[in-house]
Amino acid sequence: MGCNGLREIHVSDVTAAVKKLCVSANCNVPRETIGALERAVETEESPVGKEVLRQILENHRIAREEGVPACQDTGVAMVFLEVGQDVHFVGGDLYAAINEGVRQGYTEGYLRKSLVNDPLFKRVNTGDNTPAMIYVDIVPGTHVKITVAPKGGGAENMSGVAMLAPAAGVEGVKKFVVERVQKAGSNPCPPVVVGVGIGGTFDRVALLAKKALLRPVGSRNPDPVYAKLEEELLTEINKLGIGPQGFGGRTTALAVNIEYAPCHIASMPVAVNLNCHVGPHETIVL
Amino acid sequence: MAIEISTPLTDEVVARLKAGDNVRISGILYTARDAAHKRLVALLAEGKELPFDIRGQIIYYVGPTPARPGRPIGSAGPTTSYRMDSYAPILMEHGLKGMIGKGSRSQDVREAMVRCKAVYFAAIGGAGALLAKCVKASELVAYEDLGPEAIRKLTVEGFPAVVVNDIYGNDLYEEGVRKYRVS
Repeated sequence: MGCNGLREIHVSDVTAAVKKLCVSANCNVPRETIGALERAVETEESPVGKEVLRQILENHRIAREEGVPACQDTGVAMVFLEVGQDVHFVGGDLYAAINEGVRQGYTEGYLRKSLVNDPLFKRVNTGDNTPAMIYVDIVPGTHVKITVAPKGGGAENMSGVAMLAPAAGVEGVKKFVVERVQKAGSNPCPPVVVGVGIGGTFDRVALLAKKALLRPVGSRNPDPVYAKLEEELLTEINKLGIGPQGFGGRTTALAVNIEYAPCHIASMPVAVNLNCHVGPHETIVL
Repeated sequence: MAIEISTPLTDEVVARLKAGDNVRISGILYTARDAAHKRLVALLAEGKELPFDIRGQIIYYVGPTPARPGRPIGSAGPTTSYRMDSYAPILMEHGLKGMIGKGSRSQDVREAMVRCKAVYFAAIGGAGALLAKCVKASELVAYEDLGPEAIRKLTVEGFPAVVVNDIYGNDLYEEGVRKYRVS
């Protein structure tokens, strides 16, 4: 503890944690996702789909056992920090420390560097996968919770936001979400995990959809009406017939996770953000 | 049962392949994705030679992770193919016979496949660790400055893929979804 009851955390500890998470998240598919894939092998009716799911499970086993990234797209490093308000970072710039962790993790961990410096004109690879996309939430306490969620381009490109009228209601939300997954088809490497944000503002709703993907596959929104909507959407999406890798089948999505927030009386923003069947994320608490 | 095929692809081999067929590919695959395609097509527009002889070849849409010491390649699964749709027809017109990626192709690309007798295969997206096991050697061909997007010549053995679009205009994605869709 430093003076005034503040807990001092050296930014080099943040660098070390981010480095470890970048490598580990890319090689270790979350166990809840593995469980859902194992159940899908049993329930999938398409023989081709069943075989694809088996090969995906085999891939995830090799990745974990041999320390190889499950997917070659090791993504942009999404870094989410939950920082206790009684934490004092010492030893340097926090954001620079996070990027240093990404640099070390992606370089020393043999991960792919997938960022370009300028989106439109130059498009030159930055060479070390920085900068990370960093989001910080300040919360009560003295802890720092760091989550790294590498996000691949294929599934990310299938995202969408709609500013619906409140009159569109539950049916409007369902229609938008199901249509997004249908349009995405085979592109985002199904079976997918569907992150849905509802409410907030134009910018906030996209972040809600992304944060929904951090919840484990199989978890439910604590609010029963949203939990029910998650289940209904999953059923609707799995009627689309897209199936594993889009070759046709019953397993188009493994889960639908919804996060919601209050919004303006005139608005009902909805966002969809997809994860593939790898959907990596890992957390460390300092 | 998977059909064993080897590169370069001939018209006879391509004619045998039907949408839905499982294949195991052995021989050479050239890697290229967005940035490399842009450069290849620019060369053709200027009437210049490509950095490799494209006739009869297969391009694999992949940007692998770096190889660990002692290994030929890192994780190496397919990337989404539609991003190469605007470049693919002209490459087929110059002799490209196969493409490996994931996800559906545009009408233009599908028509070019019928016209030029070329096929489109899908490999399992997100199975980069598994697919890398089939890669026996990797050699830089061009555009090292593009990093993961450089063109590499991969020697593969028994690389598993599925025929999505054949030269007869069939499309596995459309057929598969039609079969399992609940309306």
